[in-house]
Amino acid sequence: MSTMTVPEVAVTTVDEGFWTRTRKIGVVLLALGVLAAGLFGSFATDREARFTLSETEGGAALTIHGTTGAILFGIIAAAAGVALLAGVPKRWFGVLLGVGLVAFVVSFLCWQVSAAPEGRNFMPLVNVVRGTFLLALPLIFGALAGVLCERSGVVNVAIEGQLLMGAFSGALFGSLSGNVWVGLVAAAIGGAIISLLLAVFAIRYLVDQVVMGIVLNLLAVGVTGFLYERLMQRDAMKYNSAPRFSNWEIPLLKDIPLLGPALFRGNIFLYVGLLLVLVIHIGLFRTRWGLRTRSVGEHPTAADTLGVKVLRLRYRNVIMAGLVAGVGGASYTLAMYSFTKNMIGGKGFIALAALIFGRWSPTGALLAALFFGFADQLATYLGAVGSSIPSQFLAMLPYLATILAVAGLVGKVRAPAADGKPYIKG
Amino acid sequence: MSNPNPVSGSPDKELATETQETRAIPTPRAGDGEHAVTATATKEPAAEPRPSLGRLFLENLWAANTVTVTVLAVLLAMLVGAVLIIVSAPDVLATYGYITARPADALNSSWAVVSDAYANLFKGAIFDPDASGFTAALGPISETLTYTAPLVFTGLSVALAFRGGLFNIGAQGQATIGVVLAAAAGFALPLPPGVHLLVALLAGAVGGAIWGFIPGILKARTGAHEVINTIMLNYVAVYFLAWIILQEGVHSPDRADAISKSVDASAQLPRLLGADLRVHAGILLAVLATGFVAWLLNRSTLGFELRAVGANPDAARTAGISVTKSYVLVMAIAGLLAGLGGSNMVLGSTADSLTPQVVAQIGFDGILVALLGRVKPWGVLMAALLFGALQAGGNRMQSYSGISLELVTVLQALIVIFIAAPALVKAIFQLRAARAARLQTSLAKGW
Amino acid sequence: MEPGEIHALLGENGAGKSTLMNVLYGLYQPDEGEILVDGEPLKLKGPSDAIAAGIGMVHQHFMLVPVFTVAENVMLGAEQVKGGITGFLDRRRARREVAEVSGRYNLRVDPDAVIEDLPVGIQQRVEIVKALTRDVDLLILDEPTAVLTPQETEELLAVMRSLKAAGKSIVFITHKLGEVKAIADRITVIRRGKTVGTAEPSASRDELAALMVGRSVRLTVDKQPATPGKPILEVSGLVVDDDRQVRAVDGVDLTVHAGEVLGIAGVQGNGQTELIETIMGLRPALAGTITLDGEAVHGWPTKKVLRAGVGYVPEDRSVDGVVKEFSVAENLVLDIYDQPPFGKGLSLKPDAIAKSAKERIEQFDVRTSSAETPVGTLSGGNQQKVIVARELSRPLKLFIAAQPTRGVDVGSIEFIHSRVIRERDIGTAVMVVSSELDEVIGLADRIAVMYRGRIIGVVGPDTPREEIGLLMAGITPDSATAAADGPGNEDEA
Repeated sequence: MSTMTVPEVAVTTVDEGFWTRTRKIGVVLLALGVLAAGLFGSFATDREARFTLSETEGGAALTIHGTTGAILFGIIAAAAGVALLAGVPKRWFGVLLGVGLVAFVVSFLCWQVSAAPEGRNFMPLVNVVRGTFLLALPLIFGALAGVLCERSGVVNVAIEGQLLMGAFSGALFGSLSGNVWVGLVAAAIGGAIISLLLAVFAIRYLVDQVVMGIVLNLLAVGVTGFLYERLMQRDAMKYNSAPRFSNWEIPLLKDIPLLGPALFRGNIFLYVGLLLVLVIHIGLFRTRWGLRTRSVGEHPTAADTLGVKVLRLRYRNVIMAGLVAGVGGASYTLAMYSFTKNMIGGKGFIALAALIFGRWSPTGALLAALFFGFADQLATYLGAVGSSIPSQFLAMLPYLATILAVAGLVGKVRAPAADGKPYIKG
Repeated sequence: MSNPNPVSGSPDKELATETQETRAIPTPRAGDGEHAVTATATKEPAAEPRPSLGRLFLENLWAANTVTVTVLAVLLAMLVGAVLIIVSAPDVLATYGYITARPADALNSSWAVVSDAYANLFKGAIFDPDASGFTAALGPISETLTYTAPLVFTGLSVALAFRGGLFNIGAQGQATIGVVLAAAAGFALPLPPGVHLLVALLAGAVGGAIWGFIPGILKARTGAHEVINTIMLNYVAVYFLAWIILQEGVHSPDRADAISKSVDASAQLPRLLGADLRVHAGILLAVLATGFVAWLLNRSTLGFELRAVGANPDAARTAGISVTKSYVLVMAIAGLLAGLGGSNMVLGSTADSLTPQVVAQIGFDGILVALLGRVKPWGVLMAALLFGALQAGGNRMQSYSGISLELVTVLQALIVIFIAAPALVKAIFQLRAARAARLQTSLAKGW
Repeated sequence: MEPGEIHALLGENGAGKSTLMNVLYGLYQPDEGEILVDGEPLKLKGPSDAIAAGIGMVHQHFMLVPVFTVAENVMLGAEQVKGGITGFLDRRRARREVAEVSGRYNLRVDPDAVIEDLPVGIQQRVEIVKALTRDVDLLILDEPTAVLTPQETEELLAVMRSLKAAGKSIVFITHKLGEVKAIADRITVIRRGKTVGTAEPSASRDELAALMVGRSVRLTVDKQPATPGKPILEVSGLVVDDDRQVRAVDGVDLTVHAGEVLGIAGVQGNGQTELIETIMGLRPALAGTITLDGEAVHGWPTKKVLRAGVGYVPEDRSVDGVVKEFSVAENLVLDIYDQPPFGKGLSLKPDAIAKSAKERIEQFDVRTSSAETPVGTLSGGNQQKVIVARELSRPLKLFIAAQPTRGVDVGSIEFIHSRVIRERDIGTAVMVVSSELDEVIGLADRIAVMYRGRIIGVVGPDTPREEIGLLMAGITPDSATAAADGPGNEDEA
């Protein structure tokens, strides 16, 4: 509203000056590139860095001399920075930024891989890609749950609790029934119960949504932990041995080099997750439901004056978010692990970070989730090759990246305007 | 969200309904504009029959807001907890299979398992009638106070930030950094007793303050939402702790697992009731801190500023109060308090060296404590006492009745949920006009 | 209402015009009474019923989603979809519809423009297009001219005429007499939620004003001629941007002397807000100087400006003026809480605060049950008195009051006016900013008119109303004589 009452008075706008955002990012990229070329280059060894297109050392591989690679890709990153600094057309911005960042990462990898102990100086890309996606999977579901809620104006800090409840009820009812599908439905309902509580308290009782999210997380931790200790720990056979979805191979796609074996020969939840990203993205930006959802998240009063049922839509979306997150929880217990206490372990909050880092859009959230998943996977890899980089610092990466993002250092992130504000009619 | 300023007013929403009621008197105040007109629309108060004295008393009891609602919330939570206990006990549950045939079985076995659990909760938290001897009799209270102390600090941290208009979800991270610095000062610095303790506490406070300062300055400078940043910083702190424990000079040379050296005895908080009871001077510090925060909020110019900024930053700015300064200060002080809470975890009797779990959940519990305490300092102290008692009792419940300690987490969350929506408690108990401080939306700013 | 009629609903601020129309639009529920459309009683459960009944409304605060495009805003709630149950949006059709409607009524808008990038006048057009695409027969315009420049207002009136020609009925809510007389076919005057009369547009201004206010209007304020002293506030060459980095104050020079009231007149949004906020140190000046009693104060923090002896009544009382959750007593010391006797060093003296609050509640006739009552529960007039009391109970060199009586009841208005004059009489320099011309004329000893970020004229209070009105529309006497030769004289830019 405040932006609306500002009248058209004058047309003079202040010149942004030489230091536009593009140029600032260019400088950062240049510095990173120089750092990579200099530092990584000097640390990298004389040996080869091999990136194999398989799960093992063998097979086709991209090979580059360690020092050369580190320096070369460092220079590429720096060059991208220089290009941004020199001032390029706007449409090149994304491409150059992407090239620069990827080159920086590759330079880093050249150092790390070449410096790994003899016999381990290779990186199996299939594993890395698969690991990235699998580690990103709960983040994708969680972030989508966040998108559904927050786009319609309800802050969802309870993603963690929704994932956890989904994982738990999936395991419990999957075990009791011995049927994965029953487990899946139960998981979705489990997630939805938490989000229903969120919806009722946030929409009906106007409780602050962040407070409610935090409390619901604790509630989910408590309830699942309690029942885990009381039931699952005592009789794991009966209560905690859910059947698993078997791997589904997708014909044709599974034969794509690198991506095929990494993505299309496995986890059904991965397909569901990627499909959901697509569906929700299209739904949000191309359909009536999406238009209304976004309007309710931005300006509920306006939506109301046009006959959109604000509260009903919010209820519906929040509950849908719970279903999505519940399925995300099931991706743990109905595909990979049996339930353990607090098994989500903060992934819900990284999902929240991915949501924000991805600027409240499904595809953005997917990319952010993949980035975070990659950081996670990299930490595992570096641990395996005995790297000198502490894995803890890589684990911090998603959180630090999000802080930088919300501080406006990596572009502007703007939440839906009515996010977190309860709508009171009249 | 809870009213950030309960002393001087009630939350927005409540105000609105109240004023509407008063305005329902058919003479609308001029100048009140459209609102007055809508308000006249509300129905005229129906003339009610004169209530009897007894009913008046009951009504007052019901309407006695804060206390009544809290008690009812605790009762409700325990009721839900009882249900959880019953459904998670397969043999008890089995008796419900034939409840129509022999209802007594089901009721008796349910009663047995629930009453045993809650009796142990009570005995572990307050007093065990069977205990003999000084130490055993004071044991439960000592345990309760031990658990209470750090929660007071983190609760105050969250409450103070709340009153300043910020939601500090980062007490956990601030306590984590606090515990690291306090422990480091505790085992690395060779200082005489007394001084050593002071320095260690100070180090913890500074650590927390730094970790609180970061989201504060980011909020003030860039408008970055403190909820997001404090959540993120919590995790950064967790990984920092995990990392630093393993570093040379910190990691205990005798151990293979992730544990640091022990804090010197000279840096430990003295025990109050002898070596057998765990209660330590942390609880005294906690009371002092409560008094300090109460003074700060209500009797200091700084408190006036931060309350004004918390309630209406625009008006505060217009009145010459620096909003950015207030945000930074309030977060730094909140962090300082949480850092002291963290210090309690390693300088007190809970632990004497760093482990990945050394701060437990005190930061997150602090949020609940602050909400339960209605973000008032002395309320926070009371709430922390309740939570400390639940923790202490929960330990006994776990070992004597075999009821998982997680039940305490459930109870705590439920209590706050019921407090959070007085409308719900009112609906359940048909409370009349409960004007309980409601956890309300005045801070519902979203991101 | 007849088809093809423009019916003006005239009333003071807060007379209940907007509420009535919100009921008509289904946003609020009526407590009794009924609405007749084409002779049938209409029961509105919500806005969708109103839309179905052919009623459209352009709200005072636009109901547009800022991040949506024009087309998205127009189709929201009445989406054109294809693909059945999936509900894919038919954007092409929506765009075509916008283009078609805007073409038909000469309302130029780009369907793909994003709302937040558009100026207010265009946003209003979008609102009208939005209503028209819903096939309304009755269009309610709630205070549509409040935020418009005179030129935009003129364009709006033209649009209304073309709508009328197309057979649409229009309810035009306003409190501006001139516009009503210019366009209305029939006038209903509302006061305190009641219809107090209907009139023809031929009725004189005074008659209408009397109906509106309920007694003969007292536009004059009792005061003696001013005895101006030395200059206290001197502003020169001031340039300020608004929140959107758009130039709002564009080279303002003005001087306020001790013991005089300088009134600033102008249509809201011509830079008045930014001007005073910059003087108060709430907004940075891009260029120019501000001196207070000979001392340069630009760039000072607000607190220092206040301490230097400036009193300030901000324009938006509930946002900037009071902390609603705070008690009356606390609000009375909101900007002097850290000064003796209320605060010393870090400690606050609640007793002193309570004592002084008691005195000032009495002096300024604040109607409150106690000093501990939260200010938010008081009426608008009493809240305003709290602010005035706060600002006037310390020694001042300069007193700035922005919209001092907006949304304030008549009794309080008189009281506040008399206090302003009393302050002038003890030698304080006073600056009053108001969008109510009558208030400016009544209080001021000199009137500066602001238009598009500039002071385009400074006149005496005896200047005819019309002349000031022309200045407010950006027409200086020279250009007015030039323009008097032909029509379309409102355009000077």
